[in-house]
Amino acid sequence: MKALNDLPAWIRWPLYALAGIMLLTLVQTFFSDTERLTQVSTSREMLRWAVPIFLAGLGGLFSERAGVVNIGLEGMLILGMWFGAWGSINYGPWIGLLIGVLGGALGGLLHAVATVTFNVDHIISGVAINILAPAITRYLSDELWASPTTSPSTETPDKIDLLFLGGGNIGEWESPDLLLSIAEREWWFISDVSQLLRGLVTNVHWVSIMALALVPVTTWLIWRTRFGLRLRIAGENPGAGATQGIDIIRYKYLGVIISGGLAGLGGAFISTELSGLFQGGNSAGRGFIGLAALIFGNWRPGGVLVGALLFGYVFGLDLKDLDGTASHALLLVNTVILAGVGAWALTKRRTTDAILAGLLGVGAFVWWISAETVPDWWSNILPYVLVLLVLVFFSQRLRMPAALGQPFRKGET
Amino acid sequence: MRKFLFSLSAPVGAFVLTLVISSIALWAFGSNPFAAYGDMLGHASKLETQVDILNRATPLYISAVAAAIGFRMNLFNIGVEGQYLFAFLIAAQVGSLVSLPAVLHIPLIMIVAMATGAFYAGIAGVLKVTRGVNEVISTIMLNSIAVAGLIAWLQQRWQAEQEEFTSTTLGTNPIDESGLIPHINGIVEIFTREIGQGKELTGVLLVAICVGVAYHLLLTRMRFGFDLRASGLNPFAARAGGVPPKRMIVAAMVLSGAVAGLIGLVELSEKGKFPPNAIQGLGFAGIAVALLGRNHPGGMVFSALLFAFLDVSAGILQNTEAATKEIVNIMQGIVLLAAVVAYGISKRFQEREEARETAEALRAEQGVMA
Repeated sequence: MKALNDLPAWIRWPLYALAGIMLLTLVQTFFSDTERLTQVSTSREMLRWAVPIFLAGLGGLFSERAGVVNIGLEGMLILGMWFGAWGSINYGPWIGLLIGVLGGALGGLLHAVATVTFNVDHIISGVAINILAPAITRYLSDELWASPTTSPSTETPDKIDLLFLGGGNIGEWESPDLLLSIAEREWWFISDVSQLLRGLVTNVHWVSIMALALVPVTTWLIWRTRFGLRLRIAGENPGAGATQGIDIIRYKYLGVIISGGLAGLGGAFISTELSGLFQGGNSAGRGFIGLAALIFGNWRPGGVLVGALLFGYVFGLDLKDLDGTASHALLLVNTVILAGVGAWALTKRRTTDAILAGLLGVGAFVWWISAETVPDWWSNILPYVLVLLVLVFFSQRLRMPAALGQPFRKGET
Repeated sequence: MRKFLFSLSAPVGAFVLTLVISSIALWAFGSNPFAAYGDMLGHASKLETQVDILNRATPLYISAVAAAIGFRMNLFNIGVEGQYLFAFLIAAQVGSLVSLPAVLHIPLIMIVAMATGAFYAGIAGVLKVTRGVNEVISTIMLNSIAVAGLIAWLQQRWQAEQEEFTSTTLGTNPIDESGLIPHINGIVEIFTREIGQGKELTGVLLVAICVGVAYHLLLTRMRFGFDLRASGLNPFAARAGGVPPKRMIVAAMVLSGAVAGLIGLVELSEKGKFPPNAIQGLGFAGIAVALLGRNHPGGMVFSALLFAFLDVSAGILQNTEAATKEIVNIMQGIVLLAAVVAYGISKRFQEREEARETAEALRAEQGVMA
C-alpha cells in the first residue's frame, strides 16, 4: 500500500483503472451474461456523459479555489445549454460552443457581482441563479422557438478517430487501428481493456479532447503560474494576499467567470452533442454532480476527472442497458468494491466505516443473488446513489480551500 | 420609523428593478409591457382569481417555512422538493388504506406526511453530523433519488396491485372523503359575494396559517427557536453557550422536513389521491419565497402571495396574448436575485450607519471629558 502511494499520480491512477477493469472482466466472465460492462459503446458513452460533469466540476474548481462556493453551476450549465444551442443553430457548431461559453460566463459574472461585490451569501446567490437561469431559457425559447422547453435540432463539430490508436485518417491515408486489432483477438482481459480504450479514441468529440487536455493545463495553471498562486491566495487567505498588494477582488471575479464559462461549455456540449437539441430539464442535475466530482476529487483537476468518469460510467451503462442485466452485474461489482472499502477502513481502525461498508455490501450481494435483473428505476437513480455513497465514505478525508465561502472586503482582514 | 422605511427600501428597490428589466424583456420581443401588467392586475382583481392565488400561495408558504427553518441556522435544505413529494405519496397511500371518521382520518394523514418528510430530511441531517456530507449536495441527490427512484418504484408496485387498470385509476387508490381537508368557501362568503366558476378555496390555508404562527412562536417564544437563531448567527458562541451543534443540525433538518411534508396536502385534498402527474417544483419555489421574505413569518406571506400572483397571471397572459406567459418566471427569478443583492447592500449600509453613530457618540463623550 505504501509503495503504491509513493508512485506518481499518472502511474497510480492508470493502475487503479486497470484493477477496476480486471474486476469488471472477472464479474463478466464468471458471474454474468452481459458483455456491456466492457464494451466499446459503454466507454464511449462514459466519456460523453463524463465531459459535462467534468467541465462543471472543473468550473467549480476555479471558483472554489478563489474562495467562492458555486452552487450556481447548474444554472450556468443551463445557460450554456441554451446559448450553445442558439449559437449552433444560427452560426454553426464552433461559434455555438463559443456562445455557450459566453452564456455560462455571463451567469458567472452575475454570481461574482452578487457574492464578491455585494457579499451576498454564496449559496443564496447560487440558488437564485439556479432559479433565474431556467426561467430565462424558457422565456427565450418560447419567444424564438415557440416552445418553452425545446429547440430545433443543433449542429455539432465532426467527430474524429485518433491516429494509430483509433484508425484515424491523415488526408487519404488511413492509419492502422491498433486497439481494434487487439480487441478482435479476444484475449481475455487484454481485449476488454482495449475495447474500453477504443471507446475513448474513436469517434471522439473535439470538446472531449479539449476537456481531457484541460487536466494538465489546469494543474499547470493553478500550481505553476503566478495567476494560479494568486487565485489560490484568494481562496486560502485573502487578507494576507491583500497585504501583498494582490487585487483579491479581481482574482475572485476571474475565478468565478472562468467557472461559469467552463460550466457553459459543458452545457453547450449537452445541447449540441449529447441530446442534439436544447431541451429543458436535460441538464439532469449535472452541475450538482460536477460539484460532487469536485469534492470527490479533493479540489484537484485529476481527481475531478476521475470522479466525472466514475459517474459518467454509471450514466453511460444505464443508457444502453435496457433489460437491466448490466446494472444487475454492477451490483456484484459494488459488493466487491464495498468489501474493499470495508477492509481498507479496518486497516485504518475506522470501525464505523467498516460496518457501514459491510452492511451495504451485504445488501448489494443479497439483491444480486435474489434477482435476475434490476428494475429501470434503480438504474435511473444509481448515479445519484453513487454520489451519496462516495461523499459518505470520502467527505472526511478532504481538504477544501481554507477561506471557502467566507466574505471578503477590501481593507478588512 | 426611519429604520422601518430603511428595511422597506430593499424589497421596493428590487421590485422596481424587476419591473424595469421585465419591461425591457417584453418590449424587446415586441410586447407592450403596460398592456401585460394591466391584464395581470385586472385579472387579479376578480374574486375567483384571488381564490386561485390563495390556493397557490398556500403550498408555497408552507414550503417557504420549511426552507426558512433550515436557513435560520445556515442549513441549506434544498431537498424540500423530494421531501414533500415522497411524503405526499406515502400519506396518500396510507390514507387510502384506512377508513376512519374525519377527526381521526385527517390528523392521521397529516402525521404520516410529516413523519415521512421528517425522516427523509433527517437522512441528510444525520449524514452531515456523522459523515461530514455537505447538506446541499446530499439533499439535491436525495431529491433525484426520491423523484426518479422511490416514487417511480412505489407507484409501479401499488398500481400492479390494483385490480382494474385504466388511465383514471393511475396514481394511488382514492382516499375516502373523510380524509380530505374540506374547502372553506363558506367562511369566505360571509365577507364576500358567492365564489363562482366552481372555484374552491383550500382548507389547507388554515393549516398554513397555523404553520406560520407556530414558526413565529418558535422563533420568538421558545428555547429551541432561540438556539436555532443563535446557531445561525454565531455557531461558536452558541456552542460555548451550551447549544449542542450536532443535535441542532439534525433537529432543524427533521423539523424542516416535517413542515415540508404538509405541502402536498393541498393537492391531496383537491384530487383525493397522489395523481400520476403531481405538481412538482413547489420545493424550489418555496426556497425562493423564503429568501425573498427573508425567512420572516410575515415577510414570507407577502412573497408567497407575490409568487402565487405571478404564477396565476401566466394563465391570463396566455389567454389575452398580451405577452408570453414565461415572462412571469423571469419576473420571479429577477425579483429574487435583485432582492438578495438589495438585502446585501442594505445590510452594508446599516452596518456603516451604526459604525458612524457609534463613532459620533464616542466623539461626543470624549468631547465632554476633555
